[in-house]
Amino acid sequence: MSETTLGGIAGRMPKFIRRADPAVLTAFACIVVLLLVGSLYSRSFLSPEYLLQQLKVASFLGVIATGMMLVILLGQIDLSVPWAVAAGAMMACAAAAYGPVGVALAIPFGVFCGVLIGVVNGIGVAYLRIPSMIITLATNAVAQGLMVVYTGGFSPQDSATGAMRYLATGFTIPGVPNAVIIWALIGAAMVFVLTRTGFGRAVYGIGNRERAAYLSGVDTRGVVMIAFAVSGGLSAFGGVLLAGYASKAAQSMGDAYLLPSIAAVVLGGTSILGGRGSYLGTVAGVILITLLQSILSVLQMPEAGRQIIYGVVIVAMLLLYGRAPASR
Amino acid sequence: MDSVVPLLRVEGVSKRYGGVRALEKADLSVSTGSIHAILGENGAGKSTLIKVMAGVVAPDEGRMMLDGREVNFASPGAANRAGIACIFQELSLIPELSVADNIVISDPPKRFGMIDRKAQRRVAEDALARAGAGDIHPLALVKDLPLSRRQMVEIAKALARKPRILILDEATSALTATDVANIFGVLKRLRSERLALLYISHRMNEIAELADQCTVFRNGRNVASYKAGSKSDNEVVELMIGREYSHIFPPKPAAAPVSAAPRLEARKLSWADRLDNISLTVRAGEVVGLGGLDGQGQRELLLAFFGVLRGLSGEVLIDGKPVTITSPAAAREDGVGMALIPEDRKTEGLMLPMTVRENLSFAALDRLSKGGIIDRAAEQRLIDDMVGLLAIKTASLDIPVGALSGGNQQKVVIAKWLMRQPRIILLNDPTRGIDVGTKQEIYQLMRKLADAGAAILFYSTDYDELVGCCDRVLVLYDGAVKRELVGAEITERALISSALNIHGEGNPTSQGADA
Amino acid sequence: MKDWRYWLAEQRGTLLALGIFIVMFIIYTSNHPAGFTANVVQTAANKGVLLAFVAMAQTLVVLTAGIDLSVGMIFLLTNCLASWLVVGTPMQTALGVIAVLAVGLLCGAINGAIVIYGRLQPIVATIATGAVFYGIGLLLRPFPGGSVNEDLADALTGRVFGVVPASVVVLLAVVLIVWVPFSRSVLGRAARAAGSSETAAYMSGVPIRRGKFAAYTLAGLLAAIGGLFLTFFTYTGEAAYASGNAYTLFSIAAVVLGGVSLFGGKGSAIGAIFGALAFRTIGDLLFVFDFDPLWQPLFQGVILLVAVSLGAFALFRVRNRLEWFL
Repeated sequence: MSETTLGGIAGRMPKFIRRADPAVLTAFACIVVLLLVGSLYSRSFLSPEYLLQQLKVASFLGVIATGMMLVILLGQIDLSVPWAVAAGAMMACAAAAYGPVGVALAIPFGVFCGVLIGVVNGIGVAYLRIPSMIITLATNAVAQGLMVVYTGGFSPQDSATGAMRYLATGFTIPGVPNAVIIWALIGAAMVFVLTRTGFGRAVYGIGNRERAAYLSGVDTRGVVMIAFAVSGGLSAFGGVLLAGYASKAAQSMGDAYLLPSIAAVVLGGTSILGGRGSYLGTVAGVILITLLQSILSVLQMPEAGRQIIYGVVIVAMLLLYGRAPASR
Repeated sequence: MDSVVPLLRVEGVSKRYGGVRALEKADLSVSTGSIHAILGENGAGKSTLIKVMAGVVAPDEGRMMLDGREVNFASPGAANRAGIACIFQELSLIPELSVADNIVISDPPKRFGMIDRKAQRRVAEDALARAGAGDIHPLALVKDLPLSRRQMVEIAKALARKPRILILDEATSALTATDVANIFGVLKRLRSERLALLYISHRMNEIAELADQCTVFRNGRNVASYKAGSKSDNEVVELMIGREYSHIFPPKPAAAPVSAAPRLEARKLSWADRLDNISLTVRAGEVVGLGGLDGQGQRELLLAFFGVLRGLSGEVLIDGKPVTITSPAAAREDGVGMALIPEDRKTEGLMLPMTVRENLSFAALDRLSKGGIIDRAAEQRLIDDMVGLLAIKTASLDIPVGALSGGNQQKVVIAKWLMRQPRIILLNDPTRGIDVGTKQEIYQLMRKLADAGAAILFYSTDYDELVGCCDRVLVLYDGAVKRELVGAEITERALISSALNIHGEGNPTSQGADA
Repeated sequence: MKDWRYWLAEQRGTLLALGIFIVMFIIYTSNHPAGFTANVVQTAANKGVLLAFVAMAQTLVVLTAGIDLSVGMIFLLTNCLASWLVVGTPMQTALGVIAVLAVGLLCGAINGAIVIYGRLQPIVATIATGAVFYGIGLLLRPFPGGSVNEDLADALTGRVFGVVPASVVVLLAVVLIVWVPFSRSVLGRAARAAGSSETAAYMSGVPIRRGKFAAYTLAGLLAAIGGLFLTFFTYTGEAAYASGNAYTLFSIAAVVLGGVSLFGGKGSAIGAIFGALAFRTIGDLLFVFDFDPLWQPLFQGVILLVAVSLGAFALFRVRNRLEWFL
């Protein structure tokens, strides 16, 4: 008995240290620096209201980045995020136009459309072994085409349901926006899946060495397939929340989430080659990106400057700790 | 033959990989105008010696003299420029480029800064003709050529560099009989052109026909050099055996339990051109070895059982019932209960950056989970059992498995499968590159598992192990079972001579193919 | 004797793309209200050539088994830059063109340096540099505008001898000046060899890094030529995010249609050009058949999806399942 506890403690200690990944620490340090810089510019930067507002904005990205992280852990990438987000938002709003049943099913239907996009990605990557970068670009194009046909090229007129608005902007617990609670729930579920389930272990295993995972008897294709479906579903759910936030869906509303979601995951220390990374890092990455965006907009930095700073920050941080091994 | 100063001299070269010594103060002299054959069993140090000579690996000690001057090759390119061309077993051709592109790849003829395609074609045609492969079109893409033709292109590529020393490592293993005859003609001509040729082959008849001088390697050093034809095949085999016996093997059961019904059975199993009509049985409680030279289909056979290969013909039976296993996931299921300790633990057995704990339970998670959620207490219990059973030495269960020693890594691979209590265990050269102590433990463990009722199929490149561990050994040659050795028949001599496919030695017993 | 058969086998992808293009183009012109006239050809050529340049750029990188998701953004950036610089006297215009091309080269070189010497994955690296290039473009042109030397623009987008579209002549010239020398140089061969089998290329002593770097850099140049032409057609510069993304995406579709393997080593820029022309023509077929133009993005997406899925058939020939995980 005492042996197990001893083993448990010995086991937990290095795990804690291992979790204190330099990348995650760097990301949190950057958050602190950004907050300090921001507070120099404006007092209100450290006020609870402002921080909660930032957390709320971050939660949309957080939901989307959760799916992206799962795919990146596998050593793949999901470039279909923009139109999975838009499709989720548009389809949820569209369903709302079909009476009370439509209103009730709006959110599940939006998420379902995202899952569908993810399943096509998953089939392409897992069974046809098309590089994920390519197949997800293609499904993104198809999803875009479908949405353009559906909406006639204009911003859709249907508006978000009450439930969607409540999820995105309401308060169940006083002071804590529902969007933040949702992100916390999804995040907790993700942490549980990654650390406590066979599926989570398989994800890390495949990301590290798919060959070894396959030879261990893991259904690697099934795992990859599910991961892409989840990523599509979470992107669409992010879209549903965004539509609730803005009361309606919009064309190309997802474009602004592709690069940030990848950046958040990668800046949080998840290896772009797969197999390594913690959800804590992704949380840090999401907050970091959101704060960066917020400061840039407070400074009234034009879109151009934001894009440049984004790109440079990502390349710089990757060069710091995301490089492939020296040679083979 | 008649030259006094050797062109290339290797003196006292040693090379260690981790704790394993591959070369131990080896010497070799290569003279112009002669063909020098190198012989030795698996792991005798031949390949390492060649890699040193070709600049692929740097020796730990010793020196090389070329034309009486000491040389050090920093890269394969440096050895090339010094006039040493090497034809490795792994091909170095680029599949999407044409034959001519490949032949001139390291130094294409140029005109106005661009590659001169006409000149390139002339060079290629010339080299192909010199290699006796004029039938290969220089514009054909390498990926469209069969293996034997690619090997000929490889030889032409080496010749196009106009080497002074040409090293051929098992260069004929993929060739057809006509090609071999052609190559022999070419090699003899090159000898008359005063090149120095180094020829590594397991085919005794080839060596007898071709070589002027032979050197036998054993345990990483050269043990004998003699003029070709001055020793009989049996004398040569005698030189090759006699590894240092440092292993202690567990006692085998007095008699093999022949009465037991076969647990695993293959009937006329064939796959591509690598497995040829293999039939075998493994009974519960039995350790059956796979012998033969490396690369004769042993690995493919194990993969075939484990559901990795597609397009198999023939039958696989478990407990007498025909089964079709199409994935490792199916192979590990309860009804089959198979486990495979794969060839390369670093890329196939383990996820190196993941923890010892995660690796240990990885193959058994389905059994340790309820509703997909891992029962961590059960996981911990089983891991503790396994760590105890195999005496895995690790600072903690939560360090990356890559931080363990090779021997302990291999124990983790074995333990991760033992967690499922497999009924059939396939081992693919499990003791390669690990320390002697761990090897002993693995031998003990195999016998213990067999005694507990497992059926074990064990491939090893170390003949000594096969002799020490196995109740029966099947010797493979060119993808077919050439001979079956039972009980006392299993000797190193018998293994080597049947691996080399030398006939009329020992007492020819049951020929495995019709067993 | 059978040389032509090997040539044919090597060019199969290119010829197939040419075939698809010709068939599509015949369907297109025969159903076009104006029919097969110099005008129709000129308009089609001008649209097609833009994508052709970007697709050539993508080909160079894809040959090394990499990918450049920033080509569309280099295309936009150079368009915006050209709308400032390619104006004025012939001398100023010439200097402007040179400056725009130099910026393209620089963008490509940055990508190459980050991917090869910085050892980052091409996907993430080029998405990030793409954001930077787009940002700079937007900085240059926050709103659509600017101008271009119209004499030069009209000359290069008009017709030569009244029939041949000038843009096609320029495309041909670029093929002869950039692609042909590259593909026949040691560096070009090294890039292709590295894409086909990096290990074998290393063992053969091929200059892998320099070859790949040259490929990325020249890709930047080709994208810049495309950007210049966009300026010649539109007389303005515009940093339209969606347009940049679309060109990146279509360049991948064109490359695949043109018989270039996304796994590297196989294909030619000429094939990609026909792939680009074919892709454009297929996209425009909807117009001549009086379909609602709304269907065009979907139609193009489906073509892309089908094209990338075709490559998967090789999978069914794999007999050892471990080869899936190389």
